[in-house]
Amino acid sequence: MDIPYTVQPRPDTGLYNAKVGIWLFLASEVMLFGALFSSYILLRVGAVEGYWPHGWLNIPIGTANTLVLITSSITTVMAWASLKMNQFGRFKFYHACTILFAMTFVGIKSYEYHDKFTHYSIKLANGKIADGHLVEKSKDFNLEKKTGEMVIHGHEVNFAEATGEKLQEELKSIYDIRSPEGRKAKHSELRYNASQIASMETYGPWHNTYTAIYFTLTGLHALHVIGGALVIGFLWSFGGKMWKTDPERFTNRIEISGLFWHFVDLVWIFLFPVLYLL
Amino acid sequence: MATAQAIPHPVVHETHHHETDFWRTYIFSTDHKVIGIQYAITALFFLFFGFLLMLMMRWQIAHPGQPVPLVGALLENTLRTAQGGSLAAKGVISADLYNMFGAMHGTIMVFMAIVPLAFAAFGNYVVPLMIGAPDMAFPRVNMASYQAYVIGGLIMFVSFFIPDGAAQAGWTSYSPLATSIASNGQAFWLVGMVCLITSSLLGAVNFIATIIQLRAPGMTWMRLPFFVWAQFVTAFLLLLAFPPLEAAGVMQLMDKVAHTSFFLPTGLAVGGTLAGVSGGGSPLLWQHLFWFLGHPEVYVLILPAMGIVAEIIANNTRKPLWGYKSLVYSALTIGFLSFIVWAHHMYLTGMGTRVATFFQTTTMIISIPSVIILTCMFLSLWGGSIRFNTPMLFVMAFLPMFGIGGLTGLPLGFNFSDLHLHDTYYIIAHFHYIVAPGTIFALFAGVYYWFPKITGRMMSEFWGKVHFWGSLIFMNLIFQPMFAQGMAGMLRRMVDGGANYSQAQVPDAIGGLNAHMLDLHRYILYAAVGLGLAQIPFIVNLFWSINNGPRVTSDNPWQATTLEWQTPTPPPHGNFDQAPEVYRGPYEYSVPGHGTDFTPQNEPEPRVTNPKTKPLTA
Repeated sequence: MDIPYTVQPRPDTGLYNAKVGIWLFLASEVMLFGALFSSYILLRVGAVEGYWPHGWLNIPIGTANTLVLITSSITTVMAWASLKMNQFGRFKFYHACTILFAMTFVGIKSYEYHDKFTHYSIKLANGKIADGHLVEKSKDFNLEKKTGEMVIHGHEVNFAEATGEKLQEELKSIYDIRSPEGRKAKHSELRYNASQIASMETYGPWHNTYTAIYFTLTGLHALHVIGGALVIGFLWSFGGKMWKTDPERFTNRIEISGLFWHFVDLVWIFLFPVLYLL
Repeated sequence: MATAQAIPHPVVHETHHHETDFWRTYIFSTDHKVIGIQYAITALFFLFFGFLLMLMMRWQIAHPGQPVPLVGALLENTLRTAQGGSLAAKGVISADLYNMFGAMHGTIMVFMAIVPLAFAAFGNYVVPLMIGAPDMAFPRVNMASYQAYVIGGLIMFVSFFIPDGAAQAGWTSYSPLATSIASNGQAFWLVGMVCLITSSLLGAVNFIATIIQLRAPGMTWMRLPFFVWAQFVTAFLLLLAFPPLEAAGVMQLMDKVAHTSFFLPTGLAVGGTLAGVSGGGSPLLWQHLFWFLGHPEVYVLILPAMGIVAEIIANNTRKPLWGYKSLVYSALTIGFLSFIVWAHHMYLTGMGTRVATFFQTTTMIISIPSVIILTCMFLSLWGGSIRFNTPMLFVMAFLPMFGIGGLTGLPLGFNFSDLHLHDTYYIIAHFHYIVAPGTIFALFAGVYYWFPKITGRMMSEFWGKVHFWGSLIFMNLIFQPMFAQGMAGMLRRMVDGGANYSQAQVPDAIGGLNAHMLDLHRYILYAAVGLGLAQIPFIVNLFWSINNGPRVTSDNPWQATTLEWQTPTPPPHGNFDQAPEVYRGPYEYSVPGHGTDFTPQNEPEPRVTNPKTKPLTA
């Protein structure tokens, strides 16, 4: 006996098996990202006043990525609709676009990640903090051995000696760079010997809980983008075989991968305002 | 003087003939029955291994600082520290090793033994047969879920043998302790958990889709055997509750390897020095995420067992289950409510009275459907024509044992009494009563019950009864004293069994543990050994009966009504030639007017011995 309802829908549910499966899977994914969003809320609510970053992510770039994903969702639907209309050539075109958009998204994200990994927060020996992007590091730069020097483009802050209003200004120049006080900080080229540096780190996940949840949320999302793109890519390249033997089943597979893709897009629609705008 | 002559007989051809080699048939199979057996064998192995861990721990508790008999040398030589020494120098279980055994005993028993056995093994084998389906909805996903389970299990198993050993912060892995320990055991635990969670998620999707989509014609929702309902709710619990733990696991793994501070507070100091982390995180966040899974998880442990109990009671009382609708709605209610009680595991974290009241209320409410289910099962016995075979004995013992476990949970559900009992041996007794003489008894019952369908032979009734009485007596001897110990204030996870808090060692302390409480450890150890010995008849019986047990004379030796018994023995690939047609509910036992005392679900007309008696239903 063969497994029924793999292609034809079951009359009382109106669904074929894989559609039930993907919706159930998406429900579990909602719980997964939901847990991460809940963690974001808890960490942000629990943060000390003034230390939760704002403006660390570039909004135009984020907007561009948002448009890229939304457009890719549209091309996904067009690809499926093309198959429904028996137009395999158009399906190939639209899903090629989807894959290109996915790669664009990941490319832009990589650029953003790179920006964070070249952004240094340097604790100087004199108690100040130097914050900025790396311009150059000398070849013999070694923090343990105290050799070499590095140049960053940024500014210095002094949390240790500042109090009251001054402290708020200093804090905002790091943590709230969209605010008027935050914008006041002047960026210039700053050069330091390794001997002047007590410790330093980049704006990676280790830097604070904001970067931690940012990299985790967007990293997991990016993995889903890549995974979805791989599946769509596989169907795009090797799917032609099934289109010839079982076109309805193939179309269903495109529908299923499309549903997953819409979910990935939807997660980003939540990620963008939460991480970039708020 | 007759000479034997070969009687030519027609060769039977299978309609659906697959030429598959050994590997595709037994190792890389997509058949739900093979996968179910694979899950069962692997899970039983981990159950056995988890039991051994417990034995070593109980030895240590009863004889702190003394070398472990039999396996001391093995421990010393295989379990190494990062410095090159041994975790069990001279065969003595070090404090770290004891904590490892404790953490892994819990992890292995919950995630690698009970859930795979109760949900994946029994569910995979029985559910498609019970609903009249040829297989699970997604056979290849099914195979992938088993493989993810094996990989996760291997990672967990192997973690014992890396330098400095396995995870040692409890199966609950609370931060900051979990990531502050220098060894990589916790990282292995987290990666292993991700694999196990993936396996469960794939399985859950499969079960739900199968039950929704592949029910045979006539198998309406309210004609489903209760076992299927139980597995259905369990699958939803796994689907929706596991992902937050997966997220938490990823975050804790990042705390460990990427030096993030999701769960690490500002100002954290480890070993007297400031940890060089950013801080700003919350240890409570881990607890919330863990217990958000942790509580539904315990219903994952009990619901399939309740399903098995229901089937075996109906079958061996020769009457329908009492309150089928109540059972179904209670199972659904438990499923829903289990998501809103989790912080009753966190009463001692300093939560405010409003939050505590909310969780106490939901916790009390969830006990209602659980009691309804137990009551329906007790009432099902009334007026029954009870057959006391081995499955029935286990199932009947399940009822009071789960009753004890459940009732002892009530003082834990209340904040004010939990203050005294939290993290004591009372808790250990409470949950072990539910899982050990609770769930595991139901699983034993299921093995004895479905064994003849899988193998075509019966297990020995005599040794089954020996197994039953030994297990029942020793389980109670192990866990009953722990209630007293817990109420006397003995805490969990103490490598010396509480000697440090004894009246002997600190005579002036208020509430020190008296010698009697500590003495009980020795008797518990003897009972644990006894329990282990009582399993030997089961293990031997199981393997011996596969080839030597008495053959069944029919495909339906228990004279059961559900569909899995209306197939050949064992069911062939594809289960049914054509989809069976279901005409009636799952428990038509002793229906007045029917000719036999049971009518299978796919029987269109009940058998009538007296043609003058009209059947009540068509």
